[in-house]
Amino acid sequence: MSEIAIHQANGAAPVVSARGAKVNLAAPLARFSFRGPEAACVKAGPAFRTGLPTTPLSSSHTQTRAALWLGPDEWLLLAADGSAGQIFGVIEAALGDTPHALVDVSERNTALIVSGPRAAWLLNSQLFLDLDDTVFHVGMATRTLFAKAEIVLWRTGKDQFVIECWRSFLPYVAGLLAEVARELEVA
Amino acid sequence: MLLIHCPYCGVERPEIEFRYGGEAHIARPAEPSKLSDEEWAEFLYMRTNPRGLMAERWRHVHGCGRFFNAIRDTVSDRFLKVYKAGEKRPDMKKLAAEAAQ
Repeated sequence: MSEIAIHQANGAAPVVSARGAKVNLAAPLARFSFRGPEAACVKAGPAFRTGLPTTPLSSSHTQTRAALWLGPDEWLLLAADGSAGQIFGVIEAALGDTPHALVDVSERNTALIVSGPRAAWLLNSQLFLDLDDTVFHVGMATRTLFAKAEIVLWRTGKDQFVIECWRSFLPYVAGLLAEVARELEVA
Repeated sequence: MLLIHCPYCGVERPEIEFRYGGEAHIARPAEPSKLSDEEWAEFLYMRTNPRGLMAERWRHVHGCGRFFNAIRDTVSDRFLKVYKAGEKRPDMKKLAAEAAQ
């Protein structure tokens, strides 16, 4: 399977379950915001094991970890729940005195998994991006606006996306998706 | 909708992802305490406000978060060029001539 499966559905009933599109809340993950210049990036990448991508809007991942490019000096790191303390220690040890900022944002963010053949259609109700898979291909990630809420959008499969948003924005984002998904039922 | 090209992301994004940052290439005086009030006011408040091409700062705040510079025509709202912060101001006359064609 070519899909990236860092995020797993949390096991509860889907937030949205419509014809052609499903939205699940993701189970908890360890998350870090990492910022630093190139000197810090080349040390943190191997320490985190995925390497930190330097191509705009790209991501790199292993089976259980992922690093998403957010800006020329900013990355979002994702790893299995409960591994935050260990990862923090390893990256801090690798960086030493190199100036950087590594912040645990596990509790700040939460994620929605949007899947199904109409997933891109559902997202495009609020997103201005071209989500055609030749333009926004699998593995691409970007920070953008979902209506009025800032999100990180990551394409994890041809018909699967992950929305990483601040947990206080979640009811707003999930509510909009649920509302738009009603159109899929009517059609 | 105005589409703006971000030189760091390398893609065009809608204006709503960006914040305007005022006129570009205004250097902060090295020693503000040695300036007269008039000189300081000149730095703080006085802007060229041209009719036509203007170099201005923009920030891709809901994207990569970077500040960059852009040449925009204040009459037509067209963006003629974007370039990274720290790069030299492009030749405005040449850009104006190209835009006029």
